Amino acid sequence: MNVWLAFSSPRICRALGPWLPLILFAGCSGPQSALDPAGSEARIVGSLFWWMLGAAAVIWAAVMAIAAYAGRQRAQPWSDRKAGRFILICGALLPTILLAVLLVFGLRLMPALRAPGEALRIHVQGEQFWWRVSYEFPDGARIDSANEVRLPRGVRTEFVLTAQDVIHSFWIPPLGGKMDMIPGTTNRLVLEPTQSGRFRGACAEFCGTSHGLMNLEVAVLEPAAFDEWAQQRRTATAPPPHPGQALFLAHGCNACHTVQGTPARGRIGPDLTRLSERPSLAAGTLPNDAASIERFIRDPADIKPGARMPSFTHLPPSDSADIARWLEAL
Amino acid sequence: MTHANDAGRRAAQEERLKTVWASPPGWRYWSAVNNTEVGRWYTVTAFVFFLFAGALALLMRVQLAVPDNSFLSPQLFNQVFTLHGTVMMFLFAVPIFEAVAILLLPTMLGARDLPFPRLSAFGYWCFFIGGVFVCGSIFFNAAPDGGWFMYPPLTTDTQLTGIGADIWLLGLSFIEVASIAAAVELIVGVLKCRPPGMRINTMPLYCWYVLIVGGMILFAFPPLIAGDILFELERMADWPFFDAARGGDPLLWQHLFWIFGHPEVYIIFLPSIALMAMIVPTFSRRPIIGYSWVVLAAVGTGFLSFGLWVHHMFTTGLPSISLGFFSAASEAVAIPTGVQIFVFVATMLAGRVIFSTPMLFAAGSLAIFVFGGLTGVMVAIAPFDWQAHDSYFVVAHLHYTLVGGMLFPLIAGAYYYAPLVTGKKLSDRLGRWVFWLMFSGFNIAFLPMHFTGLRGMPRRIFSYPSGLGWDWLNLISSVGAFIFAFGVLLVVWDFLFGLRKRAAIEGNPWNAGTLEWISPLPAPEYGFRSVPEVRSRYPLWDQPKLAREVGEGRWYLPDAEEGQRETLVTSVLDGEAEQCLRVPGNSFLPMICAALIGASFIGTAFHLYWFSLVIGLAGVGAIMVWLWRGTALIPDRQDSKDVGRGLRLPLYVSGHKSVGWWAMFITMFGDMTAFISLVFAYFYYWTISPVFPPPGPDGAPLGPGLLWPAIALLLLGGAWGGMLLARARNGADHANGLRWALILSAVLALGSAAAMLWAPWQAGLNPTEHAYTATVWVLLIWTALHLVLGVLMQGYCLAGSLAGKLTARWDIDIHNVVLYWHFAALTGLTTIAVVALVPLVA
Repeated sequence: MNVWLAFSSPRICRALGPWLPLILFAGCSGPQSALDPAGSEARIVGSLFWWMLGAAAVIWAAVMAIAAYAGRQRAQPWSDRKAGRFILICGALLPTILLAVLLVFGLRLMPALRAPGEALRIHVQGEQFWWRVSYEFPDGARIDSANEVRLPRGVRTEFVLTAQDVIHSFWIPPLGGKMDMIPGTTNRLVLEPTQSGRFRGACAEFCGTSHGLMNLEVAVLEPAAFDEWAQQRRTATAPPPHPGQALFLAHGCNACHTVQGTPARGRIGPDLTRLSERPSLAAGTLPNDAASIERFIRDPADIKPGARMPSFTHLPPSDSADIARWLEAL
Repeated sequence: MTHANDAGRRAAQEERLKTVWASPPGWRYWSAVNNTEVGRWYTVTAFVFFLFAGALALLMRVQLAVPDNSFLSPQLFNQVFTLHGTVMMFLFAVPIFEAVAILLLPTMLGARDLPFPRLSAFGYWCFFIGGVFVCGSIFFNAAPDGGWFMYPPLTTDTQLTGIGADIWLLGLSFIEVASIAAAVELIVGVLKCRPPGMRINTMPLYCWYVLIVGGMILFAFPPLIAGDILFELERMADWPFFDAARGGDPLLWQHLFWIFGHPEVYIIFLPSIALMAMIVPTFSRRPIIGYSWVVLAAVGTGFLSFGLWVHHMFTTGLPSISLGFFSAASEAVAIPTGVQIFVFVATMLAGRVIFSTPMLFAAGSLAIFVFGGLTGVMVAIAPFDWQAHDSYFVVAHLHYTLVGGMLFPLIAGAYYYAPLVTGKKLSDRLGRWVFWLMFSGFNIAFLPMHFTGLRGMPRRIFSYPSGLGWDWLNLISSVGAFIFAFGVLLVVWDFLFGLRKRAAIEGNPWNAGTLEWISPLPAPEYGFRSVPEVRSRYPLWDQPKLAREVGEGRWYLPDAEEGQRETLVTSVLDGEAEQCLRVPGNSFLPMICAALIGASFIGTAFHLYWFSLVIGLAGVGAIMVWLWRGTALIPDRQDSKDVGRGLRLPLYVSGHKSVGWWAMFITMFGDMTAFISLVFAYFYYWTISPVFPPPGPDGAPLGPGLLWPAIALLLLGGAWGGMLLARARNGADHANGLRWALILSAVLALGSAAAMLWAPWQAGLNPTEHAYTATVWVLLIWTALHLVLGVLMQGYCLAGSLAGKLTARWDIDIHNVVLYWHFAALTGLTTIAVVALVPLVA
């Protein structure tokens, strides 16, 4: 590891805070901030950014100082020879050296950042406007989910990124950079979370009307907690009986949605198994409670314009409320 | 001759110049083609589009000022940001370069006009019609909404994107044609219309930049046009170029778009730097230091700018080796850019700088652009770009480069050149207000965006929830945007109303050294009272008597005795006088042609194919009339003329001395670039396909076979030979030989075109089946259309010969058409080699 990476970026952020009012004002933290890293790639790139920013500030100030000096009246203007040397040194030589250094530094980071992943592999497919998620374990077992990824802390996890409809881009800023999901192409991205907690990702490539409502919940768990959760999910159990389940099937929701342990096996829309685990609904658009679920069922396009799900305004209110309560409790 | 007599003679000369170059009164004013008029319309129209796109930006900033805002619906927001980017790039940034160049270039070159005034007017009307069409769509809720780079498959899906995508593709293709027309005009202008004695290495730096940027347009826009053709074919005819399920690839569009899109950034930036290269020496009161440094650096920037397009695609999953290469190339382009900036600083250091409003904006430009350049160096490093890409960091970066590198120099140029165009100075007091409002507003708006982006805000989202740390940053940005907008409005106010009250100024207001300041203010329509011989880079500083001599009409072309518009043509490198060129005068034809061709494009967007075909043919007919009546004009009484000082110049030259030959040559370079882009698509599919070409039903690779392509090639060879024969017969003054050779060549060419189309048809290649078959069809159709166009030109020559317009003495047309046929033959040879031989090799 390079020496300069020893300075973790939050420390630099704190050190700079008092000096730059804007940064003080803005801060660096947030569940979706690349400057508040919780993963090794984000930390390395964050440090790279602060170093580059520092160097850029120095260079900018130097150029401005020279320009200010040049703009002042002088008793004796520089000779042509001196001015020519100035162009050669400041305009050509110095930038060439600085850029070469930066390039070598920056590109040397790439192999480490692009190193292959370890045991767990997560398939994520971008959809308009949600994420289809499938965990693949070394033994070949699969867990399907949507709109949330759970990761074990300290494990280099490989994401296999695809798309069917249009181009999307998978981005969890606190963990690392983004990777596009392109129809016809399979891209891979490896992320290594270093802190447990909840984070937020987003689709970074414009993908249609509700591009702004395509967000991703990210939970980084301690490895033991992750294993426990995975074990639970791998042993599918039927949800407790509830009148909502029958209504869900009766109204045809199962044509598009899967709920494990029930006959609902649709693959068109998001998997709703254990929906209650997810902190939000509709790819980070609504809070995950019965009222929001019902609102979404009745008129998805009102919340998420362009969403493929048809509206169910024709349902009797009691039916939609029952379905919502069942889903909330899953 | 008495003194009074002399003065009277001069006054009469001046009066004749005025009459010949005057714009017509009343409604016929709009038939003007002179560069002073067209340049003014162009500039004003482009600036109006800028204000329109700026208003769209303000709508976005209102929407994003607070979280969970519902000021704009997502549908409308998507149209607004798409149109903002599209209009700023295609209807403001590039056209304003062309506009300013058309306005200023002749005054810097001692030319009375550019070599093809009607082409300038045609370009302007194309731009106007296409621009109004694209902008107007938003008032019908039908604007494009897929982002200004229109990535398929979102935008090729006619369900997801409606008519807006067609409006984007066809409206902008139409404008791109106008851009290329302007580029041809400007390149020929710089190369051939300099004053006698002005060698290429003494011309003003602005002209160098125009030459370089014109060349870049010629190589950058055609790939986009090629991409547009593929795109529109997929939308309208379901040819699957970008459909991964049928062998296509959405990434091909990204390559074609950014091969255009990155040079585009420098196409925008270099002309503004060119204005700085004029302003800085004037206010440093000395010649620029390192003239050749600037030229080399500008050429280097232009060259390198074609090798960095992949840095827009760092997150598409390309292999690390490509990322490394394009990271390095992207860093490298910073070096020539830096050289140009330091040349300006060095010129200031070696001069005695006087403070002025243009210099204030130049300083602001430096502060903003250098910052944008430094963030550009950051995003060029691939690992950092993985975070910054498609976030507000990139939005901030690109605005820093474009506003600092383009808008601020442009405003500096507006303050500097206002006296030349209007005869009055803009207010310095107000200018300071404008500057500080724009400068502070810009930084308040865009500096926080770097942090908004790194705190995770993707671009192009119509709203955001609170609690992510974006709220205050966005609110500050919105406030800044309005401060910035207020500054822009203030300068508009000064142009519209403030100028009226101010007194006219005379002479050379900034005491500048270059030729454009030699004329009375505002510069008259005829430009120069007489065209001087120029031996220095700063003639007004080095030749103190020059202004008086020019003003008294003591130099070349002081008169317009025959009532013709005339300008001098010189040799490309040394500026030796070669010809007195008569340029055509005012006409509604360019406007009519633009309207017909424009209607054809617009009709296609609405799927009115028959209407488009008929009106498009009418447009081609109108262009023929225009060419017939306005080009290769045969001088009436004499074939040479005394242009003054005992210099006698021919009025008619052909071959590579004529401006028309150069225009054809340059146009065909652009045409070949578009063709090569299509060939690139073919080979791109080869690289991405496991089996190429895909096997047909019988298991053999699909292809047009060998027989018919071979026949097509033979016939094409014959057609090309026929053209060489035609030119030789014409040279021998053998009119019948010329005519028969033309007819023979045309018959062979049509046969060749038919064989080209028959080949894939008889082989049963279905273009909707696979990207490969579609590409084979596109290449063959492209080539066949070029042959048909060549036949049209042969018909034109035949008619010319029959009408006595084309003879051994008056032979411009045949030389230019043969030149076209060289390129057409090359296109045909390449196409046949690719489509017929690759299936054998692969």
